[in-house]
Amino acid sequence: MTIDPEIRERHGLKPDEYERIVSFLGREPNLTELGIFSVMWSEHCSYKSSRVHLRTLPTNGPQVLQGPGENAGAIDIGEGLAAVFKIESHNHPSFIEPYQGAATGVGGIIRDIFTMGARPIALLNSLRFGPLEAPGTARLVEGVVAGIAGYGNSIGIPTVGGEIAFEPSYAGNPLVNVFCLGIARQPDLVKGIASGAGNAVYYVGAKTGRDGIHGATMASAEFDEKSAEKRPAVQVGDPFMEKLLLEACLEVMQTGALIGLQDMGAAGLTCSTTEMGSRGGAGVEIDVSLVPQREAGMTPYEIMLSESQERMLLVAKRGREAEIERVFEKWDLHAVKIGEVTHDGMLRVKDRGRVVAEVPNRALTDDAPVYRRPFSEPEYLREAHDLDLDVLGSGLAPVLPRVSTDQNRALLALLASPTVASKRWIYRQYDHMVRTNTINLPGLGAGVIRIKGTERALAMSVDGNGRYCYLDPCRGAMLAVAEAARNVACAGARPLGATNCLNFGNPERPEIMWQFASAVEGLGRACRALGVPITGGNVSLYNETDGKAIYPTPVVGVVGLLEQANRVVSRRFQGSGDAIVLFGDGHGELGGSEYLKVVCNLVRGVPPSVDLVAERALQDLIVALSDDSLIRSAHDCSDGGLAVAVSECCFDRGGMGAEISIAGTRVSNHDWLNDAAALFGESASRVVVSVTPDALASVLERAAVMKVPARVIGQTGGNRLRMAVDGRMVIEHSVDDAERMWSTAVGQYFARRVA
Amino acid sequence: MRARVFVTLKPSVFDPQGQTIADALHSLGYTDVADVRQGKYFELDLATDEAAQAKQLAAEVADKVLANPVIESYRIEVGD
Amino acid sequence: MRFGVVVFPGSNCDEDAVHAVRHVFTQEADYLWHKDPDLKGADVVILPGGFAHGDYLRVGAMARFSPIMAAVRAFADRGGPVLGICNGFQILLEAGMLRGAMLRNRTLKYRCEHVHLRVEVTDTPFTCAVRAGQVLRIPIGHGEGNYYAPPEELERLETNRQVVLRYTDPTGRVGDDSTDEWNPNGSVHAIAAVCNAARNVVGMMPHPERACEPLLGGEDGRAIFESIIEWFRAAERSTLPPAVGQATEPAGEPVAGL
Repeated sequence: MTIDPEIRERHGLKPDEYERIVSFLGREPNLTELGIFSVMWSEHCSYKSSRVHLRTLPTNGPQVLQGPGENAGAIDIGEGLAAVFKIESHNHPSFIEPYQGAATGVGGIIRDIFTMGARPIALLNSLRFGPLEAPGTARLVEGVVAGIAGYGNSIGIPTVGGEIAFEPSYAGNPLVNVFCLGIARQPDLVKGIASGAGNAVYYVGAKTGRDGIHGATMASAEFDEKSAEKRPAVQVGDPFMEKLLLEACLEVMQTGALIGLQDMGAAGLTCSTTEMGSRGGAGVEIDVSLVPQREAGMTPYEIMLSESQERMLLVAKRGREAEIERVFEKWDLHAVKIGEVTHDGMLRVKDRGRVVAEVPNRALTDDAPVYRRPFSEPEYLREAHDLDLDVLGSGLAPVLPRVSTDQNRALLALLASPTVASKRWIYRQYDHMVRTNTINLPGLGAGVIRIKGTERALAMSVDGNGRYCYLDPCRGAMLAVAEAARNVACAGARPLGATNCLNFGNPERPEIMWQFASAVEGLGRACRALGVPITGGNVSLYNETDGKAIYPTPVVGVVGLLEQANRVVSRRFQGSGDAIVLFGDGHGELGGSEYLKVVCNLVRGVPPSVDLVAERALQDLIVALSDDSLIRSAHDCSDGGLAVAVSECCFDRGGMGAEISIAGTRVSNHDWLNDAAALFGESASRVVVSVTPDALASVLERAAVMKVPARVIGQTGGNRLRMAVDGRMVIEHSVDDAERMWSTAVGQYFARRVA
Repeated sequence: MRARVFVTLKPSVFDPQGQTIADALHSLGYTDVADVRQGKYFELDLATDEAAQAKQLAAEVADKVLANPVIESYRIEVGD
Repeated sequence: MRFGVVVFPGSNCDEDAVHAVRHVFTQEADYLWHKDPDLKGADVVILPGGFAHGDYLRVGAMARFSPIMAAVRAFADRGGPVLGICNGFQILLEAGMLRGAMLRNRTLKYRCEHVHLRVEVTDTPFTCAVRAGQVLRIPIGHGEGNYYAPPEELERLETNRQVVLRYTDPTGRVGDDSTDEWNPNGSVHAIAAVCNAARNVVGMMPHPERACEPLLGGEDGRAIFESIIEWFRAAERSTLPPAVGQATEPAGEPVAGL
């Protein structure tokens, strides 16, 4: 029987891919086998467009216990403990069904962590939407946030931080990237491996239904008008079931009766059996009639492809099956034996004893197609790089009237712009305190979690900048790594490892592939220079609607270690009369900046330059200073530059102000634009710290020794924000007022009449 | 026999979800919808053929589990 | 003294409560699995926060049927102190051990933040070491903390002084009505905690176990734990027959509670 070309196409398989399948099997595949190949060879599962590039990333280091290839990565954090973490995307489902798309994204990444034997203790998320003013965005944001909150809060894992940005580029393709971190004792780390012929393969968790079938292929295709019909492809999550699974699995792992554990995520039963088999160099044979089902008349095809949530696959040590079953019974879960491990390297699917599909594991995983897609520099770049500030200053009127003469108004406009403004309206919907480990609450910088039983804490941050990457993907990716690591360092933690979520458009277009390849190159360079190897991650391609792609958006998660939890630092100034010190040099770089976007409605220029050696020195300095309790606060300069950073340091402080004076920059013939560049330019590798007068000399000395530029730019105190450029006071505003604008801006888009 | 149980908040209890729905309807132009109260609906599949018995069983289940008598009241329909 | 912390499937804050008891207050603590009606000699029982049984049907609705609840109820009937925190409070309401019911937050959104609470009465085991009128800053984390009681019930609660904590502004002032900005969920009379008529069972929405260590941003939650510890010590010292949980007490004997 030959598969109909239309059916082949609907399965997302190209003719040449189909030929490869035929040659692997030595015959035509049947429909179930076609389904299996289609999900395993989809972009989402096989990484076929990205593997050749991902291979260039640095993944080694003395602190790396587990690099890419498993369910999550792991790093050594001392005292025999490992931090297990990863970031993943759930972009396409969140557009189709915001609540469940986001909720199941959270569920999926949590499972990846506890599958490794680690108890998940913290979540972060990186979200990107279209402009909040646009119709439909507010509802989408509400749904996504409610979904993340609904799932994370129920299962009792705190969401301790993240980032949210609003850009027209993401209007039809929101990005929902979720990061999870867990702790395990190093000897307890578990792999997703099936080994030992004859060992039992168990299924535990929710019953299998028809949800999400072809979710993997949906994530590998663009949207068009027909996307609305794809609604059934979204899964519905049950955080209560996952909580039971989490506790039961962690308990089972303590028995030592487990050989391997794998969660069923994208491509469900197919992916988990195949991957477990592949990793163990073994085969897996299952009978789908034994799989618990919640809908009648499911076919083997449907059972193998279902993406019903909250299901795990495990392999038991011979003779110890009863122990495993008992633990699950205690939690009112039923572990059902559905098959066993074999030694023939095949994925063999039976239905009531009859073989219905038989595929070599390797064909589905290691031997899946690997593409070297062609890439070429996009045409938009040359024009986009053109940013003539003289012309801008004289001709193009800023969008917001009278801003040009008044930097106060520019500052307020930036503070109130949704990407910069306080996200409190959002994060107060997340339980960020459960598990009583959260030291730095959201909004204060990197998330910081203490590790009970030790004096240590972990800091974590997720960062990205689509605009920068659009203008220069390589540099933009380097800046993303730098920012994430810098945020971690600003909490006083030494960055140790990273995970990445690469969100891009259609890789079959050479310009997109060029963006991807360049970004990966930048990612690699920065991770090497900053000592944060990539331990795992995720690629999300085909983020396009009707041929329009999102900005290339690599999101980087960095994890760092604080050896003394009580040395933690946050962004808030601590008292008046402290010196404000700026580390790093500003060059008034406005390319791709928030200022240019908010005030001039432009996305142009080149992103700020980045000197990775200087960045490394800066991060090392901050960590050393906080280790010795020499700084009272630290905050990096990013969106909105120095002026926004200094303002943010004054917020949540009951109205305490600051006064700074900086040198000007000459980027044009227009004073107002030069002032703006000095205040709001986004030059990289800069951190604002506050220091008591006694500690100031030591701080400056240390900076000099580490060759980090440092200058005292002002002092904390009073109740005004006062900023001077070249001796001229250009910003002078009430802190309370600025803080009010910053803290209420986002909530206003969601104002309701009830309560 | 099937029993249907309709559980609703007592009139004295403020229903912010119902209120929100009503507001949304008004903003969509349905000004003729004066008020909305949100409740829950349960279908019970009972192993009895007698309507009276079914009603009694359903009432017991509703009293004990399905409704919270402090804030909710219920109504039962039997048949089909 | 021994604390018993009940664990339902879906409880989240059990570890947090046990951590506070063992590491901050250096007392003994046991996890009590919901299927086992054995309180393991607990002197005080805590029902912790979380989403017991997924909060399916209604918050706390299923948990009240767990085998351990019969033992908890008997313990309370004998005068044993019981503290329900957040989901624990919701379970006590559904179990009928406290009067009233819990609705969804008026804003329909989950809220996680610090709130200010005024201590209304100090003659409960969980507030006896605090000054009446004292303001405590403790975090909440809930989507359904909108306490409700029908008017007559509410009046009775107030007359009997059964309101234990109220939401206030930082100075301890209670808002004019439930839409007040300092009332995070719209609960009637800004009620954050109530006790039963016998005053030994207390339910509170805020999480005191989240405010026992300076590293976490505040220590006002200590007052709740310090109270119960002091209450227990006073009961030990008193000339009355020992309270529940003591090994010397023969089973089935009537006990003079609080």
